[in-house]
Formats: sequence, structure tokens, C-alpha cells
Amino acid sequence: MTQVVKAQRHPRDSLLRSERLPHIWCPGCGIGIVMAAYADAIEASGIPPEKHVCISGIGCTGRVSGYMRLDSFHTTHGRAIAFATGLSLVRPDLEVTVISGDGDICTIGGNHLIHAARRNVDINVIMVNNFNYGMTGGQHGGTTPLGAKTYTSPYGNFEAPFNMPYLVAAAGASFVARWTTLHVRQLINAIKRMMSVEGFAFIEVISPCPPTFGEFNNFPEAIDMMEYFRKYSVVDHNADLSKIDIRLQGEPLVVGNFVDRRRPSYQELVQETIRKASGRGESV
Amino acid sequence: MKILREPINLALFRRPLGRVYVIPERCKECSFCWSFCPMDVLERSDEFNPNGYRYPRVKPGKENDCVNCKMCSLICPELAIYTVEVS
Repeated sequence: MTQVVKAQRHPRDSLLRSERLPHIWCPGCGIGIVMAAYADAIEASGIPPEKHVCISGIGCTGRVSGYMRLDSFHTTHGRAIAFATGLSLVRPDLEVTVISGDGDICTIGGNHLIHAARRNVDINVIMVNNFNYGMTGGQHGGTTPLGAKTYTSPYGNFEAPFNMPYLVAAAGASFVARWTTLHVRQLINAIKRMMSVEGFAFIEVISPCPPTFGEFNNFPEAIDMMEYFRKYSVVDHNADLSKIDIRLQGEPLVVGNFVDRRRPSYQELVQETIRKASGRGESV
Repeated sequence: MKILREPINLALFRRPLGRVYVIPERCKECSFCWSFCPMDVLERSDEFNPNGYRYPRVKPGKENDCVNCKMCSLICPELAIYTVEVS
């Protein structure tokens, strides 16, 4: 038997709207890996799927909310965290997860991100970082490395990018991690951990983007970028966050679960204030 | 003397055998599965799916080499491949 067995359904299909597959993402795009890892983490989390909510903004990664067989919402550009903050305040029993791209969460919705981290709102944010605005044709954004070429920076990007784990940890998040689409087992464990964290949990997932970013930056195929991750990734959970910016020029690509600490979450403080103000012992 | 690490008793361990399942219609030929298979079991097949992509198949002669590590299933962006352990 040299052929593989052909199947119609995948074991993870129960959490996905499988009638919509194959999805619209390009061959080799890492968003599918993140979506499958999220589905795996939901199964492993022990929280029933009807208690999970998936929220995303605009962009390639924004499509995740349409493919998950969960309660989901596709918000306007950059406002996924703002919507999630409101939802988690009204329904603290739900496990709210925002999955969106770097253009949505870091660049256009950057202010929502740092203020949600400052307040330590009890939501989970998975940011798929492909270093550019992929869906609109590959413009440079707030995470494009210095010197990287895109459609709108043909001579090399001259705007310094954000160092996302450093930014979010400094703003006050309870859990901060960075993994690549090659570290799938670690990513599933990190997503599982973020679902049990009380407070703001943030994971940056570095993903290939072959047609719009890789083409101009020596990664013409998705496999070239995955090989780069395999060659240069260094797992260091205690890394100095100020030194882990990404240049994609052969420097160590530091990944790991960098921050895992207990801070009072926004929901806890709101409930406490309501109790004090109403002069009663029970929650409102 | 305290033994820090006990040697593995190989008689208690069994090498798992996996069977590869593929959903050809979903494959986009990104080549992740055959590039990152630790046992080098998979390769590109000669057959095309309706979208014109060549999906993976098991290499001839490697039918009993899959150890069900699930790497292909985890790394596939299309949810087009998975393995099941056979006893």
C-alpha cells in the first residue's frame, strides 16, 4: 500500500464549520495552524465549547471567527479588543478569546491593546504576526522589521517596529508569550494556559506570509520561513524582553512563555467596587 | 546511593504504529507535512486534487514507519492530514 487512506472528515472538524473548508488562506499560511491549535486548546481546556467566544477584527486572521463553530463576532478594524472587553464585563462566565492579526491588534487597534493590558481585562488575545497587512496586498505596518521590503517600502522599511511582548508586559498583562507556527505543541499549551489565567493574556504567534511578505524578503515559499524558524528559534522563558525584537536577519528568534504573574483583573476590581458602592456583600 | 534516573526498560515500551489519513480536497501543497515528518514517511504524490494541488502520500516501503507522533496533523494549516494509532 503506497497510497494513504483518504478521509472525508478531520478529528478536529467538530469545532470548525467544516462545510466552509478548504479555507481562503494562501498555501502555507500559518493562520490555519493557529486556528487548529486554538481548537485543540479548547478541547483540552475542559471548558465546554458553548462557554467559549471567538472574536476577531479585519484582515486575513479576522476570518478565524467565521470558521470556528463557536459563538463568534467579526468586529470592525482594530476594535476586537474593545468589543471583547465589553463582552467579558457583561458575561464574566464566558471565556473570551480575540484572534486577530498584527495589523488589527498592534497597529490599528494598538491603543485598545495597551489599555486592555493596563486594566488587566480578563480576556485572551492571540496575535498572528505576519509582519505586514496581508489581505490588502502587503503594506508595511507596526510590526514590519527594519529594512524589510514590502509593497509600500520597496527600498526597505525605515520605521522601527514594536517589540510586542515587551510592550504588552510593560503595560501590565498577566501572561505574555511568543511562539512560532512551528512550535505547535508549545503553542497549544500556551493557549490552554492563557484560558486559565485570570487577567490579560497575550500570545504573539510568528507566521509565514509567502505571497505578500516572504516574496520580497528571501522567503519566497512558506517552507523557507518555517525553516528559518527551525534554524534560529531559541526557547528562553526568562529572556530579557527588551532585547527580543525581530529583525529576520539571522539573529536568535527568542520564543517562550515570558510572563506569567498574578495581578488583580479588571473584572475582580469592578465587582469589588460595585460591592463597596452598593454597601452590600453580594455581587451585583 | 540514590538513583537519580532509572534506565529505561525497553521491554515495557512499544513502538507505536500510525496510519496516515488525508483529505485530498483540502490540501494546498504547502509541503509542511513531508518536510517536517520526523520519520520521513511522507512525500508529494503524483495525483492532483480538484484545485490542482498534489497532496501527500506515504513513501513506498515506509508503510510501517509512521510512529503516530501527530507532527503532520499539528503542522497542517489546512486540517487535511491526521494519523491514527493502529494496534
